[in-house]
Amino acid sequence: MTTAAVFRSATAAPRAVTRATGESRVVRWLLISIALVFLALVLLLPLVLVFNQAFAKGLPAYWDAIVQPDALSAAKLTLLTAAIAVPANLLFGVAAAWCVTKFEFRGKSVLITLIDLPFAVSPVISGMIFVLLFGAQGWLGDWLFEHDIRIIFAVPGIVLATTFVTAPFVARELIPLMQEQGSEEEEAAIVLGASGWQTFFRVTLPNIKWGLLYGLILCNARAMGEFGAVSVVSGHIRGETNTLPLHVEILYNEYAFAASFAVASVLTLLALVTLALKTLVEKRMAS
Amino acid sequence: MRHNSRTVLPGFGLSLGITCTYLSLLVLIPLATVFTKTAELSGPAFWATVTDPRVVASYRVTFGASFVAALVNTVFGLLVAWVLVRYRFPGRRLVDAMVDLPFALPTAVAGIALTTLYVPNGWVGGYLEPLGIQVSYTWIGITVALIFIGLPFVVRTVQPVLDDLEVEVEEAAASLGARRWQTFTRVVFPTVAPALLTGFAMAFARAIGEYGSVVFISGNMPMKTEIVPLLIITKLEQYDYAGATAVALVMLVVSFLLLLTINLLQWVARRRLAV
Repeated sequence: MTTAAVFRSATAAPRAVTRATGESRVVRWLLISIALVFLALVLLLPLVLVFNQAFAKGLPAYWDAIVQPDALSAAKLTLLTAAIAVPANLLFGVAAAWCVTKFEFRGKSVLITLIDLPFAVSPVISGMIFVLLFGAQGWLGDWLFEHDIRIIFAVPGIVLATTFVTAPFVARELIPLMQEQGSEEEEAAIVLGASGWQTFFRVTLPNIKWGLLYGLILCNARAMGEFGAVSVVSGHIRGETNTLPLHVEILYNEYAFAASFAVASVLTLLALVTLALKTLVEKRMAS
Repeated sequence: MRHNSRTVLPGFGLSLGITCTYLSLLVLIPLATVFTKTAELSGPAFWATVTDPRVVASYRVTFGASFVAALVNTVFGLLVAWVLVRYRFPGRRLVDAMVDLPFALPTAVAGIALTTLYVPNGWVGGYLEPLGIQVSYTWIGITVALIFIGLPFVVRTVQPVLDDLEVEVEEAAASLGARRWQTFTRVVFPTVAPALLTGFAMAFARAIGEYGSVVFISGNMPMKTEIVPLLIITKLEQYDYAGATAVALVMLVVSFLLLLTINLLQWVARRRLAV
């Protein structure tokens, strides 16, 4: 009798616990359904619509919109911009993370806040500051005009604004990671006679490579997709200072909707690839 | 500058030098122009610019829509985070990855897609039109775009906290006789509240500066659906640089205050977890 009672309570106990800390099946499915319907409305529907509209006029029209000279030159400028902004911010991110996580000095917390600053600034203001600096009425406007150097409404302005907007991505990913890992391994390498660069490339880099890649992926996605900041400094000169997102805007405002969504679909694919890579890297980091 | 720890690691001067030079040239000097340009205005002229009725109307649109959007995101963001952490269902990983879509999708693409969805003959707008609800080209449309943009902030700040929440605490509450709803409101909610507030502040901060996803759907009518970032661009295009920077300065101050609030909230949250 007693053994049977003990046995029964032992099997009953776990079930009681799950019921106490979980919701009933009805509530669970209700919550899941509401969440999924919300996400489908907010995230999935715009995504499906982009591809639906892109192919609204058929495959040939889609292809024409993408290989049109203006679209190709926009794609080229977008790639060029990312090819400058991403490596620059990689260098900055690694340097910033190294000095912030390996050393103690006064003003460190201020420096960390400053690194994050571009994220707090509206994209429009991020573009505006470069107009104020290099534009016709700007600080350096007269000097640049005399020397016939164009920065605003030209490629250098687009690169600068993009670099500003994407500056914190790599540093932000590396700082918490390197803080967590500490410096013992590097210190051991130095004590054993390795040079600073050897230590960095053979000890630090292998430890942070996934975090670094993660930061680079996010940095690149934003660099290729930035709209507000680039819009302010670009001048929207077709074939010259148009990036892909700006090209999408121009086509849309000319009511060339199918062409606009065709170019947008390329950027959407880029976003999906970014998400896939990001998820893969996250898995690597977790293991 | 000198670092004052006894580390054997090299590269302090080089890394600090690169960091400070880069930040100064790319971030600090350009941002300083906002202050110097605004300083060209006299005090009363500055005040007149930033309290001009059209400017004030744009604050109302930007802050109002951002607040509503952040609020919606707080409610649904908590729900999404809860569902992703607590329940297992087919496609959960895919849904989890998709939450970051607004971070990855260029804002202009989001802007034209949402506008096309919500115009009166659009996929969603078509159903709302007979009900007398117009979304595109109204402040509701602005809010819809800002909900899209802000969603990941709330989900991603709440998710790790829910993940760390120990089941034992909830079991204790249940064994002490708490009903499930009581356990949620008295035990779970207070624990995630700081993260939820942080997520709200981050979504709000992102929303007030947002431009790309909003300009297409907002209709951009002065006094009605004109957001502050657009007003800044309009002033720049009219070569009213001092006017543009004056309004930008107001926005920068608000953004910095939000950044400080967020840092403070995270500090409070960390301290609470440590205890």
